[in-house]
Amino acid sequence: MSGFFASDPVRTALVAGGLTAVVSGVVGVFVVLRGQSFAGHALGDMGTLGGSAAYLANVSPLWGYVGVGAVVAAAMELFGVQRRRERDVATGIVLGATLGLSALLLYLDSTSSSTTGVAASVLFGSLFAFAPSALPETTALAAAALVVVAAVFRPLLLSSIHPELASVRDVPVRGVATVFIVVMGVTVSLASTVVGTVLSPALLVGPSAAALRLSRRPGAAMALAAVLGIAATWLGVTLAYASHDWPPAHQGWPISFFVVAIVFVIYAVTESVGPRAAGRGRPDATVEAQTPLAGTPTAGTAQVR
Amino acid sequence: MTVSGDRLGMPDDHPKAASVGGRAPDAARPALTLTDAEVLGVDDIVVSLGGRRVLDGVSFALCPQEFVGLIGANGSGKTTLMRVVLGLLKPDSGSVRRADRRVGYVPQKVAIDPDIPLRARDLVALGVDGERFGLRLPSRARRARVDEMLEAVDATAFADGRIGELSGGEQQRVLIAHALVGDPALLVLDEPLANLDIRSGHEIVELLARLKVERNLAVLLSAHDMNALLPHMDRIVYLADGRAAAGTVGEVVRSDVLSELYRYPVRVLDVDGTLVVIGGHEVSVR
Repeated sequence: MSGFFASDPVRTALVAGGLTAVVSGVVGVFVVLRGQSFAGHALGDMGTLGGSAAYLANVSPLWGYVGVGAVVAAAMELFGVQRRRERDVATGIVLGATLGLSALLLYLDSTSSSTTGVAASVLFGSLFAFAPSALPETTALAAAALVVVAAVFRPLLLSSIHPELASVRDVPVRGVATVFIVVMGVTVSLASTVVGTVLSPALLVGPSAAALRLSRRPGAAMALAAVLGIAATWLGVTLAYASHDWPPAHQGWPISFFVVAIVFVIYAVTESVGPRAAGRGRPDATVEAQTPLAGTPTAGTAQVR
Repeated sequence: MTVSGDRLGMPDDHPKAASVGGRAPDAARPALTLTDAEVLGVDDIVVSLGGRRVLDGVSFALCPQEFVGLIGANGSGKTTLMRVVLGLLKPDSGSVRRADRRVGYVPQKVAIDPDIPLRARDLVALGVDGERFGLRLPSRARRARVDEMLEAVDATAFADGRIGELSGGEQQRVLIAHALVGDPALLVLDEPLANLDIRSGHEIVELLARLKVERNLAVLLSAHDMNALLPHMDRIVYLADGRAAAGTVGEVVRSDVLSELYRYPVRVLDVDGTLVVIGGHEVSVR
Protein backbone atom coordinates (compact mmCIF):
# COMPACT_ATOMS: atom_id res chain seq x y z
CA MET A 1 0.00 0.00 0.00
CA SER A 2 3.01 2.32 0.33
CA GLY A 3 2.97 2.81 -3.43
CA PHE A 4 -0.67 3.88 -3.25
CA PHE A 5 -0.21 7.39 -1.86
CA ALA A 6 3.11 7.84 -3.63
CA SER A 7 1.39 7.54 -6.98
CA ASP A 8 0.54 10.91 -8.54
CA PRO A 9 -2.49 9.64 -10.45
CA VAL A 10 -3.86 8.16 -7.22
CA ARG A 11 -3.40 11.40 -5.28
CA THR A 12 -5.00 13.42 -8.06
CA ALA A 13 -7.86 10.94 -8.25
CA LEU A 14 -8.46 11.14 -4.49
CA VAL A 15 -8.54 14.95 -4.50
CA ALA A 16 -10.68 15.34 -7.64
CA GLY A 17 -12.98 12.50 -6.60
CA GLY A 18 -13.33 13.82 -3.05
CA LEU A 19 -14.17 17.37 -4.17
CA THR A 20 -16.71 16.05 -6.63
CA ALA A 21 -18.29 13.79 -4.02
CA VAL A 22 -18.79 16.73 -1.64
CA VAL A 23 -20.46 18.92 -4.27
CA SER A 24 -22.54 16.02 -5.57
CA GLY A 25 -23.76 15.27 -2.07
CA VAL A 26 -24.81 18.84 -1.34
CA VAL A 27 -26.41 19.48 -4.73
CA GLY A 28 -27.82 15.96 -4.97
CA VAL A 29 -29.97 16.43 -1.85
CA PHE A 30 -31.79 19.27 -3.59
CA VAL A 31 -31.98 17.26 -6.82
CA VAL A 32 -33.78 14.41 -5.03
CA LEU A 33 -35.87 16.78 -2.95
CA ARG A 34 -37.03 18.62 -6.08
CA GLY A 35 -37.63 15.42 -8.06
CA GLN A 36 -35.13 16.44 -10.73
CA SER A 37 -33.05 13.28 -11.04
CA PHE A 38 -34.35 12.91 -14.58
CA ALA A 39 -32.82 16.29 -15.40
CA GLY A 40 -29.57 14.95 -13.93
CA HIS A 41 -29.66 12.02 -16.34
CA ALA A 42 -30.37 14.29 -19.28
CA LEU A 43 -27.53 16.62 -18.31
CA GLY A 44 -25.15 13.68 -18.01
CA ASP A 45 -26.08 12.33 -21.43
CA MET A 46 -25.77 15.75 -23.04
CA GLY A 47 -22.36 16.15 -21.42
CA THR A 48 -21.13 13.36 -23.71
CA LEU A 49 -21.33 15.85 -26.56
CA GLY A 50 -19.18 18.37 -24.69
CA GLY A 51 -16.65 15.75 -23.59
CA SER A 52 -16.20 14.29 -27.05
CA ALA A 53 -15.94 17.75 -28.62
CA ALA A 54 -13.34 18.75 -26.05
CA TYR A 55 -11.14 15.76 -26.95
CA LEU A 56 -11.45 16.69 -30.62
CA ALA A 57 -10.48 20.31 -29.86
CA ASN A 58 -7.72 19.05 -27.56
CA VAL A 59 -8.90 20.95 -24.49
CA SER A 60 -9.67 19.61 -21.03
CA PRO A 61 -12.85 17.50 -21.15
CA LEU A 62 -14.00 19.28 -17.98
CA TRP A 63 -14.57 22.44 -20.00
CA GLY A 64 -16.50 20.48 -22.59
CA TYR A 65 -18.75 19.05 -19.87
CA VAL A 66 -19.20 22.39 -18.13
CA GLY A 67 -19.81 24.33 -21.33
CA VAL A 68 -22.52 22.00 -22.57
CA GLY A 69 -23.85 21.31 -19.07
CA ALA A 70 -24.43 24.94 -18.11
CA VAL A 71 -25.97 25.88 -21.46
CA VAL A 72 -28.22 22.81 -21.63
CA ALA A 73 -29.27 23.29 -18.00
CA ALA A 74 -30.32 26.89 -18.56
CA ALA A 75 -32.17 25.90 -21.75
CA MET A 76 -33.95 23.07 -19.94
CA GLU A 77 -35.22 25.45 -17.28
CA LEU A 78 -36.34 27.98 -19.90
CA PHE A 79 -38.28 25.36 -21.83
CA GLY A 80 -39.44 23.54 -18.73
CA VAL A 81 -38.27 20.07 -19.68
CA GLN A 82 -36.63 18.99 -16.43
CA ARG A 83 -39.24 16.58 -15.22
CA ARG A 84 -39.97 13.33 -16.88
CA ARG A 85 -43.58 14.05 -17.68
CA GLU A 86 -42.91 17.49 -19.12
CA ARG A 87 -42.27 17.52 -22.84
CA ASP A 88 -41.44 13.86 -22.70
CA VAL A 89 -41.14 13.24 -26.40
CA ALA A 90 -39.25 16.45 -27.15
CA THR A 91 -36.68 15.64 -24.48
CA GLY A 92 -36.26 12.12 -25.77
CA ILE A 93 -35.69 13.30 -29.33
CA VAL A 94 -33.24 16.04 -28.36
CA LEU A 95 -31.36 13.62 -26.10
CA GLY A 96 -31.19 11.08 -28.91
CA ALA A 97 -29.94 13.65 -31.39
CA THR A 98 -27.29 14.86 -28.95
CA LEU A 99 -26.02 11.35 -28.31
CA GLY A 100 -26.03 10.69 -32.07
CA LEU A 101 -23.86 13.74 -32.61
CA SER A 102 -21.66 12.52 -29.75
CA ALA A 103 -21.27 9.20 -31.58
CA LEU A 104 -19.93 11.06 -34.60
CA LEU A 105 -17.50 13.12 -32.52
CA LEU A 106 -16.31 10.05 -30.62
CA TYR A 107 -15.72 8.30 -33.96
CA LEU A 108 -13.69 11.29 -35.16
CA ASP A 109 -11.81 11.25 -31.85
CA SER A 110 -10.90 7.61 -32.35
CA THR A 111 -9.59 8.25 -35.87
CA SER A 112 -7.22 10.92 -34.66
CA SER A 113 -4.13 9.18 -33.35
CA SER A 114 -3.48 11.45 -30.38
CA THR A 115 -5.95 9.79 -28.08
CA THR A 116 -7.08 6.25 -27.53
CA GLY A 117 -10.04 4.94 -25.63
CA VAL A 118 -11.80 8.28 -25.71
CA ALA A 119 -15.27 6.78 -25.92
CA ALA A 120 -14.81 4.69 -22.78
CA SER A 121 -13.15 7.61 -21.05
CA VAL A 122 -15.99 10.06 -21.80
CA LEU A 123 -18.83 7.65 -21.20
CA PHE A 124 -17.47 5.72 -18.22
CA GLY A 125 -14.71 7.93 -16.86
CA SER A 126 -10.99 7.46 -16.33
CA LEU A 127 -10.13 9.10 -13.05
CA PHE A 128 -6.54 7.80 -13.03
CA ALA A 129 -6.03 9.76 -16.27
CA PHE A 130 -7.29 12.97 -14.62
CA ALA A 131 -4.82 15.71 -15.55
CA PRO A 132 -3.31 17.30 -12.40
CA SER A 133 -3.35 20.61 -14.29
CA ALA A 134 -7.18 20.48 -14.14
CA LEU A 135 -7.25 20.36 -10.33
CA PRO A 136 -7.38 24.15 -9.80
CA GLU A 137 -10.33 24.41 -12.20
CA THR A 138 -12.10 21.55 -10.48
CA THR A 139 -11.54 23.14 -7.08
CA ALA A 140 -12.79 26.52 -8.28
CA LEU A 141 -15.93 25.05 -9.84
CA ALA A 142 -16.64 22.95 -6.77
CA ALA A 143 -16.23 25.95 -4.48
CA ALA A 144 -18.41 28.12 -6.72
CA ALA A 145 -21.18 25.50 -6.71
CA LEU A 146 -21.11 25.26 -2.91
CA VAL A 147 -21.16 29.05 -2.48
CA VAL A 148 -24.15 29.40 -4.80
CA VAL A 149 -26.09 26.65 -3.03
CA ALA A 150 -25.38 28.33 0.32
CA ALA A 151 -26.57 31.66 -1.09
CA VAL A 152 -29.92 30.38 -2.38
CA PHE A 153 -30.40 27.73 0.34
CA ARG A 154 -33.54 29.02 2.07
CA PRO A 155 -35.48 30.33 -0.97
CA LEU A 156 -34.58 27.14 -2.86
CA LEU A 157 -35.70 24.94 0.04
CA LEU A 158 -38.97 26.84 0.41
CA SER A 159 -39.79 26.70 -3.30
CA SER A 160 -38.86 23.00 -3.37
CA ILE A 161 -41.47 22.32 -0.66
CA HIS A 162 -44.16 24.27 -2.50
CA PRO A 163 -43.56 26.98 -5.12
CA GLU A 164 -46.46 29.11 -3.87
CA LEU A 165 -45.11 29.16 -0.31
CA ALA A 166 -42.09 30.87 -1.84
CA SER A 167 -43.85 33.14 -4.31
CA VAL A 168 -46.16 34.67 -1.67
CA ARG A 169 -42.94 35.73 0.07
CA ASP A 170 -41.71 37.42 -3.12
CA VAL A 171 -39.07 34.76 -3.79
CA PRO A 172 -38.16 34.83 -7.51
CA VAL A 173 -39.06 31.15 -7.88
CA ARG A 174 -38.06 30.76 -11.52
CA GLY A 175 -34.84 32.68 -11.05
CA VAL A 176 -33.85 30.50 -8.13
CA ALA A 177 -34.77 27.37 -10.10
CA THR A 178 -32.64 28.52 -13.04
CA VAL A 179 -29.66 29.25 -10.83
CA PHE A 180 -30.00 25.82 -9.25
CA ILE A 181 -30.20 23.89 -12.49
CA VAL A 182 -27.07 25.62 -13.79
CA VAL A 183 -25.30 24.59 -10.56
CA MET A 184 -26.63 21.11 -11.25
CA GLY A 185 -25.12 21.23 -14.76
CA VAL A 186 -21.73 22.14 -13.27
CA THR A 187 -22.02 19.38 -10.66
CA VAL A 188 -22.90 16.76 -13.26
CA SER A 189 -19.86 17.94 -15.25
CA LEU A 190 -17.59 17.40 -12.26
CA ALA A 191 -19.12 13.97 -11.67
CA SER A 192 -18.55 13.16 -15.35
CA THR A 193 -14.80 13.62 -14.89
CA VAL A 194 -14.90 11.05 -12.09
CA VAL A 195 -17.25 8.32 -13.33
CA GLY A 196 -18.06 9.41 -16.89
CA THR A 197 -21.13 11.03 -18.37
CA VAL A 198 -23.33 7.94 -18.32
CA LEU A 199 -22.66 7.17 -14.65
CA SER A 200 -22.53 10.76 -13.36
CA PRO A 201 -26.20 10.77 -12.22
CA ALA A 202 -25.44 7.78 -9.97
CA LEU A 203 -22.85 9.79 -8.07
CA LEU A 204 -25.18 12.83 -7.98
CA VAL A 205 -28.29 11.06 -6.75
CA GLY A 206 -27.18 7.83 -5.05
CA PRO A 207 -25.41 9.08 -1.88
CA SER A 208 -28.02 11.86 -1.51
CA ALA A 209 -30.95 9.49 -1.76
CA ALA A 210 -29.35 7.27 0.89
CA ALA A 211 -28.61 10.24 3.16
CA LEU A 212 -32.19 11.55 2.85
CA ARG A 213 -33.44 8.34 4.41
CA LEU A 214 -31.18 8.68 7.42
CA SER A 215 -31.47 12.40 8.21
CA ARG A 216 -34.19 14.61 9.55
CA ARG A 217 -32.72 17.93 8.44
CA PRO A 218 -31.56 19.08 5.00
CA GLY A 219 -28.17 20.27 6.24
CA ALA A 220 -27.49 16.97 7.97
CA ALA A 221 -28.54 15.09 4.84
CA MET A 222 -26.06 17.11 2.77
CA ALA A 223 -23.20 16.45 5.18
CA LEU A 224 -24.00 12.73 5.26
CA ALA A 225 -24.35 12.57 1.47
CA ALA A 226 -20.94 14.21 1.11
CA VAL A 227 -19.37 11.70 3.53
CA LEU A 228 -21.02 8.72 1.79
CA GLY A 229 -19.90 10.07 -1.59
CA ILE A 230 -16.31 10.51 -0.40
CA ALA A 231 -16.35 7.01 1.06
CA ALA A 232 -17.62 5.50 -2.19
CA THR A 233 -15.13 7.44 -4.32
CA TRP A 234 -12.07 6.79 -2.18
CA LEU A 235 -12.91 3.16 -1.65
CA GLY A 236 -13.46 2.88 -5.41
CA VAL A 237 -10.04 4.40 -6.11
CA THR A 238 -8.44 2.03 -3.60
CA LEU A 239 -10.10 -1.05 -5.04
CA ALA A 240 -9.27 0.00 -8.59
CA TYR A 241 -5.65 0.44 -7.57
CA ALA A 242 -5.64 -2.97 -5.91
CA SER A 243 -7.32 -4.58 -8.91
CA HIS A 244 -4.14 -4.19 -10.98
CA ASP A 245 -3.22 -7.55 -9.53
CA TRP A 246 -6.58 -9.08 -10.41
CA PRO A 247 -7.50 -11.33 -13.33
CA PRO A 248 -8.13 -11.50 -16.18
CA ALA A 249 -5.65 -9.02 -17.64
CA HIS A 250 -3.88 -7.60 -14.58
CA GLN A 251 -4.60 -4.13 -15.99
CA GLY A 252 -6.85 -2.79 -13.25
CA TRP A 253 -10.62 -2.68 -13.23
CA PRO A 254 -12.39 0.64 -13.92
CA ILE A 255 -12.81 2.99 -10.95
CA SER A 256 -16.31 3.84 -12.15
CA PHE A 257 -17.44 0.26 -11.67
CA PHE A 258 -16.33 0.24 -8.04
CA VAL A 259 -17.70 3.70 -7.23
CA VAL A 260 -21.11 3.05 -8.70
CA ALA A 261 -21.28 -0.45 -7.20
CA ILE A 262 -20.47 0.94 -3.74
CA VAL A 263 -23.06 3.72 -4.16
CA PHE A 264 -25.61 1.09 -5.09
CA VAL A 265 -24.77 -1.04 -2.05
CA ILE A 266 -25.03 2.01 0.25
CA TYR A 267 -28.41 2.88 -1.21
CA ALA A 268 -29.68 -0.71 -1.02
CA VAL A 269 -28.59 -0.99 2.63
CA THR A 270 -30.24 2.30 3.68
CA GLU A 271 -33.34 1.33 1.76
CA SER A 272 -33.69 -1.87 3.74
CA VAL A 273 -32.55 -0.72 7.20
CA GLY A 274 -33.43 2.99 7.14
CA PRO A 275 -35.99 4.36 9.59
CA ARG A 276 -38.56 4.71 6.83
CA ALA A 277 -38.31 1.06 5.83
CA ALA A 278 -39.59 -0.17 9.18
CA GLY A 279 -41.95 2.74 9.79
CA ARG A 280 -45.55 3.16 8.85
CA GLY A 281 -46.44 3.45 5.21
CA ARG A 282 -47.34 6.54 3.31
CA PRO A 283 -50.49 8.26 4.56
CA ASP A 284 -53.35 7.08 2.44
CA ALA A 285 -54.86 10.39 1.38
CA THR A 286 -57.10 8.92 -1.29
CA VAL A 287 -59.29 7.07 1.18
CA GLU A 288 -59.76 10.15 3.31
CA ALA A 289 -60.52 12.27 0.27
CA GLN A 290 -63.44 10.04 -0.55
CA THR A 291 -65.23 10.85 2.69
CA PRO A 292 -68.73 11.83 1.60
CA LEU A 293 -69.44 15.51 2.08
CA ALA A 294 -72.95 16.73 2.47
CA GLY A 295 -74.30 19.86 0.94
CA THR A 296 -72.14 20.35 -2.09
CA PRO A 297 -74.34 22.22 -4.54
CA THR A 298 -73.26 20.25 -7.60
CA ALA A 299 -74.04 16.95 -5.94
CA GLY A 300 -77.46 18.17 -4.88
CA THR A 301 -78.29 19.50 -8.29
CA ALA A 302 -77.22 16.28 -9.92
CA GLN A 303 -79.51 14.25 -7.69
CA VAL A 304 -82.59 16.19 -8.67
CA ARG A 305 -81.81 16.02 -12.32
CA MET B 1 -77.39 46.87 -2.84
CA THR B 2 -74.74 44.56 -4.13
CA VAL B 3 -73.02 41.75 -2.39
CA SER B 4 -70.13 43.85 -1.31
CA GLY B 5 -72.66 46.15 0.25
CA ASP B 6 -72.33 44.30 3.49
CA ARG B 7 -69.30 46.42 4.16
CA LEU B 8 -72.06 48.73 5.38
CA GLY B 9 -72.08 46.46 8.38
CA MET B 10 -75.45 44.85 8.52
CA PRO B 11 -76.11 43.08 11.79
CA ASP B 12 -76.10 39.30 11.64
CA ASP B 13 -79.81 38.99 12.23
CA HIS B 14 -80.75 41.42 9.48
CA PRO B 15 -83.48 39.73 7.51
CA LYS B 16 -82.56 41.36 4.25
CA ALA B 17 -81.13 39.10 1.59
CA ALA B 18 -77.84 39.72 -0.11
CA SER B 19 -78.16 40.22 -3.81
CA VAL B 20 -75.82 38.69 -6.30
CA GLY B 21 -72.90 40.78 -7.29
CA GLY B 22 -72.52 40.62 -10.98
CA ARG B 23 -71.07 43.53 -12.80
CA ALA B 24 -73.41 46.39 -12.10
CA PRO B 25 -73.39 48.45 -15.31
CA ASP B 26 -74.85 51.51 -13.63
CA ALA B 27 -72.42 51.49 -10.75
CA ALA B 28 -70.07 54.37 -11.40
CA ARG B 29 -68.33 53.54 -8.19
CA PRO B 30 -65.72 55.86 -6.81
CA ALA B 31 -62.32 54.31 -6.21
CA LEU B 32 -62.81 52.71 -2.86
CA THR B 33 -60.20 53.04 -0.21
CA LEU B 34 -59.67 50.62 2.60
CA THR B 35 -61.50 51.77 5.66
CA ASP B 36 -59.51 51.72 8.88
CA ALA B 37 -61.31 48.65 10.07
CA GLU B 38 -60.61 46.54 6.98
CA VAL B 39 -57.73 44.18 6.39
CA LEU B 40 -58.66 43.29 2.84
CA GLY B 41 -60.90 44.91 0.26
CA VAL B 42 -61.67 43.15 -3.02
CA ASP B 43 -63.59 45.19 -5.58
CA ASP B 44 -65.23 44.06 -8.77
CA ILE B 45 -62.54 41.55 -9.75
CA VAL B 46 -62.70 40.23 -13.31
CA VAL B 47 -60.34 37.47 -14.48
CA SER B 48 -60.40 35.60 -17.77
CA LEU B 49 -58.19 32.56 -18.23
CA GLY B 50 -57.89 30.90 -21.63
CA GLY B 51 -60.83 32.83 -23.00
CA ARG B 52 -63.14 31.75 -20.16
CA ARG B 53 -64.35 34.31 -17.65
CA VAL B 54 -63.36 32.71 -14.34
CA LEU B 55 -64.26 35.64 -12.11
CA ASP B 56 -66.93 38.09 -13.17
CA GLY B 57 -67.14 41.05 -10.84
CA VAL B 58 -66.39 39.65 -7.38
CA SER B 59 -66.37 41.99 -4.37
CA PHE B 60 -66.03 41.47 -0.62
CA ALA B 61 -64.13 42.81 2.37
CA LEU B 62 -62.53 41.39 5.51
CA CYS B 63 -62.11 42.95 8.94
CA PRO B 64 -59.82 41.86 11.77
CA GLN B 65 -61.11 38.88 13.77
CA GLU B 66 -63.46 37.91 10.96
CA PHE B 67 -63.64 34.30 9.80
CA VAL B 68 -64.90 34.25 6.23
CA GLY B 69 -65.60 31.07 4.29
CA LEU B 70 -65.11 31.19 0.53
CA ILE B 71 -67.52 28.51 -0.61
CA GLY B 72 -67.98 27.08 -4.06
CA ALA B 73 -67.84 23.88 -6.11
CA ASN B 74 -64.71 22.79 -7.93
CA GLY B 75 -64.11 25.13 -10.84
CA SER B 76 -66.17 27.97 -9.36
CA GLY B 77 -63.08 30.21 -9.22
CA LYS B 78 -62.05 29.83 -5.57
CA THR B 79 -58.37 29.21 -6.20
CA THR B 80 -58.23 31.93 -8.84
CA LEU B 81 -59.77 34.41 -6.40
CA MET B 82 -57.25 33.41 -3.74
CA ARG B 83 -54.37 33.91 -6.16
CA VAL B 84 -55.71 37.39 -6.90
CA VAL B 85 -56.00 38.19 -3.20
CA LEU B 86 -52.42 37.02 -2.63
CA GLY B 87 -51.11 39.11 -5.51
CA LEU B 88 -49.97 36.03 -7.46
CA LEU B 89 -52.38 36.79 -10.31
CA LYS B 90 -53.19 40.19 -11.74
CA PRO B 91 -56.91 40.64 -12.44
CA ASP B 92 -58.11 41.96 -15.81
CA SER B 93 -59.95 44.65 -13.90
CA GLY B 94 -60.91 45.49 -10.35
CA SER B 95 -58.71 46.12 -7.36
CA VAL B 96 -57.38 44.38 -4.28
CA ARG B 97 -56.37 46.49 -1.31
CA ARG B 98 -54.51 45.00 1.60
CA ALA B 99 -53.78 46.82 4.83
CA ASP B 100 -50.70 44.72 5.44
CA ARG B 101 -48.28 43.54 2.77
CA ARG B 102 -47.68 40.35 4.71
CA VAL B 103 -50.31 37.71 4.20
CA GLY B 104 -50.11 34.27 5.72
CA TYR B 105 -50.89 31.60 3.14
CA VAL B 106 -51.60 27.88 3.33
CA PRO B 107 -51.73 26.52 -0.23
CA GLN B 108 -53.88 23.68 -1.45
CA LYS B 109 -52.53 20.11 -1.51
CA VAL B 110 -49.09 20.61 -0.06
CA ALA B 111 -47.98 17.03 -0.48
CA ILE B 112 -44.78 16.72 1.53
CA ASP B 113 -43.03 13.49 0.72
CA PRO B 114 -42.25 11.35 3.79
CA ASP B 115 -38.65 11.16 2.56
CA ILE B 116 -38.07 14.90 2.76
CA PRO B 117 -35.73 15.55 5.69
CA LEU B 118 -37.57 18.48 7.17
CA ARG B 119 -38.88 18.69 10.72
CA ALA B 120 -42.04 20.57 11.56
CA ARG B 121 -39.97 23.24 13.30
CA ASP B 122 -37.79 23.69 10.19
CA LEU B 123 -40.83 24.58 8.09
CA VAL B 124 -42.03 27.05 10.73
CA ALA B 125 -38.54 28.61 10.83
CA LEU B 126 -38.77 29.08 7.05
CA GLY B 127 -41.86 31.15 7.80
CA VAL B 128 -39.62 33.59 9.68
CA ASP B 129 -36.96 34.17 7.04
CA GLY B 130 -37.41 31.64 4.21
CA GLU B 131 -37.17 34.31 1.53
CA ARG B 132 -33.72 35.51 2.59
CA PHE B 133 -30.56 34.66 0.69
CA GLY B 134 -27.41 33.38 2.36
CA LEU B 135 -26.92 30.97 5.23
CA ARG B 136 -28.40 31.82 8.60
CA LEU B 137 -26.77 31.61 11.98
CA PRO B 138 -28.48 29.93 14.91
CA SER B 139 -30.61 32.47 16.75
CA ARG B 140 -32.18 32.13 20.18
CA ALA B 141 -34.81 34.74 19.32
CA ARG B 142 -35.88 32.88 16.19
CA ARG B 143 -36.01 29.59 18.03
CA ALA B 144 -38.16 31.12 20.76
CA ARG B 145 -40.51 32.53 18.15
CA VAL B 146 -40.80 29.17 16.41
CA ASP B 147 -41.45 27.41 19.72
CA GLU B 148 -44.11 29.95 20.64
CA MET B 149 -45.83 29.51 17.28
CA LEU B 150 -45.72 25.70 17.47
CA GLU B 151 -47.29 25.98 20.93
CA ALA B 152 -50.01 28.28 19.59
CA VAL B 153 -51.14 25.67 17.05
CA ASP B 154 -50.75 22.73 19.48
CA ALA B 155 -47.90 21.28 17.44
CA THR B 156 -45.24 21.10 20.15
CA ALA B 157 -45.67 17.34 20.53
CA PHE B 158 -44.58 16.63 16.96
CA ALA B 159 -42.28 19.64 16.41
CA ASP B 160 -39.26 17.42 15.82
CA GLY B 161 -40.95 14.85 13.60
CA ARG B 162 -40.50 14.68 9.85
CA ILE B 163 -43.35 16.66 8.30
CA GLY B 164 -44.03 14.01 5.68
CA GLU B 165 -44.69 11.45 8.39
CA LEU B 166 -47.28 13.56 10.22
CA SER B 167 -51.00 13.09 9.72
CA GLY B 168 -52.91 15.44 7.42
CA GLY B 169 -54.30 17.42 10.36
CA GLU B 170 -50.86 17.71 11.96
CA GLN B 171 -49.37 18.91 8.67
CA GLN B 172 -52.10 21.56 8.42
CA ARG B 173 -51.22 22.83 11.90
CA VAL B 174 -47.57 23.13 10.93
CA LEU B 175 -48.44 24.92 7.69
CA ILE B 176 -50.66 27.34 9.65
CA ALA B 177 -47.76 27.98 12.05
CA HIS B 178 -45.48 28.58 9.05
CA ALA B 179 -47.98 31.11 7.68
CA LEU B 180 -48.54 32.90 11.00
CA VAL B 181 -45.03 33.12 12.45
CA GLY B 182 -44.44 36.37 10.53
CA ASP B 183 -47.46 37.83 12.39
CA PRO B 184 -49.63 38.80 9.40
CA ALA B 185 -53.03 40.48 9.73
CA LEU B 186 -54.63 38.15 7.19
CA LEU B 187 -54.48 34.37 6.87
CA VAL B 188 -55.57 32.79 3.58
CA LEU B 189 -56.14 29.02 3.39
CA ASP B 190 -56.93 27.23 0.14
CA GLU B 191 -59.10 24.13 0.79
CA PRO B 192 -57.36 23.20 4.06
CA LEU B 193 -60.05 20.65 4.91
CA ALA B 194 -60.02 18.87 1.55
CA ASN B 195 -57.93 15.85 2.54
CA LEU B 196 -58.82 15.70 6.21
CA ASP B 197 -61.17 13.35 7.98
CA ILE B 198 -64.20 15.01 9.58
CA ARG B 199 -62.72 15.16 13.07
CA SER B 200 -59.39 16.68 11.97
CA GLY B 201 -61.31 19.17 9.84
CA HIS B 202 -63.36 20.31 12.82
CA GLU B 203 -60.22 20.61 14.93
CA ILE B 204 -58.58 22.85 12.32
CA VAL B 205 -61.68 25.07 12.18
CA GLU B 206 -61.73 25.32 16.00
CA LEU B 207 -58.03 26.20 15.96
CA LEU B 208 -58.56 28.97 13.39
CA ALA B 209 -61.50 30.38 15.35
CA ARG B 210 -59.27 30.56 18.43
CA LEU B 211 -56.27 32.03 16.56
CA LYS B 212 -58.34 34.80 14.96
CA VAL B 213 -59.10 36.16 18.44
CA GLU B 214 -55.72 35.45 20.02
CA ARG B 215 -53.77 37.02 17.17
CA ASN B 216 -56.27 39.64 15.95
CA LEU B 217 -56.42 37.84 12.63
CA ALA B 218 -58.73 37.94 9.63
CA VAL B 219 -59.19 34.44 8.19
CA LEU B 220 -60.23 33.67 4.60
CA LEU B 221 -60.76 29.93 4.09
CA SER B 222 -61.95 28.23 0.93
CA ALA B 223 -63.97 25.03 1.00
CA HIS B 224 -66.47 23.25 -1.19
CA ASP B 225 -68.66 22.39 1.79
CA MET B 226 -69.82 25.13 4.14
CA ASN B 227 -71.15 22.93 6.93
CA ALA B 228 -67.88 22.28 8.73
CA LEU B 229 -67.47 26.07 9.01
CA LEU B 230 -70.99 26.98 10.13
CA PRO B 231 -70.29 27.16 13.90
CA HIS B 232 -67.45 29.64 13.47
CA MET B 233 -67.95 31.39 10.15
CA ASP B 234 -68.72 35.09 10.59
CA ARG B 235 -69.56 35.63 6.95
CA ILE B 236 -69.66 33.70 3.72
CA VAL B 237 -68.57 34.48 0.19
CA TYR B 238 -70.48 32.06 -2.03
CA LEU B 239 -68.96 31.60 -5.48
CA ALA B 240 -70.77 30.09 -8.44
CA ASP B 241 -70.08 30.54 -12.10
CA GLY B 242 -67.47 33.24 -11.41
CA ARG B 243 -69.92 35.42 -9.48
CA ALA B 244 -70.16 35.87 -5.75
CA ALA B 245 -72.73 36.55 -3.08
CA ALA B 246 -71.31 37.79 0.21
CA GLY B 247 -72.88 38.35 3.59
CA THR B 248 -73.86 36.38 6.63
CA VAL B 249 -74.96 32.79 6.11
CA GLY B 250 -78.53 33.89 6.79
CA GLU B 251 -78.34 36.50 4.05
CA VAL B 252 -76.61 34.43 1.42
CA VAL B 253 -77.58 30.78 1.84
CA ARG B 254 -81.20 31.26 0.80
CA SER B 255 -83.09 29.76 -2.07
CA ASP B 256 -83.74 33.09 -3.77
CA VAL B 257 -80.17 34.43 -3.49
CA LEU B 258 -78.47 31.21 -4.60
CA SER B 259 -80.94 30.65 -7.44
CA GLU B 260 -80.03 34.05 -8.80
CA LEU B 261 -76.33 33.26 -8.31
CA TYR B 262 -76.52 29.88 -10.06
CA ARG B 263 -78.92 31.27 -12.67
CA TYR B 264 -80.80 28.05 -12.00
CA PRO B 265 -83.54 27.28 -9.51
CA VAL B 266 -82.06 25.77 -6.36
CA ARG B 267 -83.40 25.17 -2.88
CA VAL B 268 -81.65 25.47 0.44
CA LEU B 269 -82.69 22.83 2.95
CA ASP B 270 -81.87 22.97 6.63
CA VAL B 271 -81.53 19.36 7.78
CA ASP B 272 -80.97 19.45 11.54
CA GLY B 273 -78.61 22.37 11.17
CA THR B 274 -76.85 21.02 8.10
CA LEU B 275 -77.43 23.18 5.05
CA VAL B 276 -78.00 21.35 1.81
CA VAL B 277 -78.29 23.07 -1.55
CA ILE B 278 -80.24 21.09 -4.14
CA GLY B 279 -81.87 21.81 -7.45
CA GLY B 280 -85.54 22.71 -7.08
CA HIS B 281 -87.65 23.38 -10.12
CA GLU B 282 -90.65 24.47 -8.11
CA VAL B 283 -88.87 27.50 -6.71
CA SER B 284 -89.90 30.56 -8.61
CA VAL B 285 -87.17 33.03 -9.29
CA ARG B 286 -88.06 36.58 -9.84
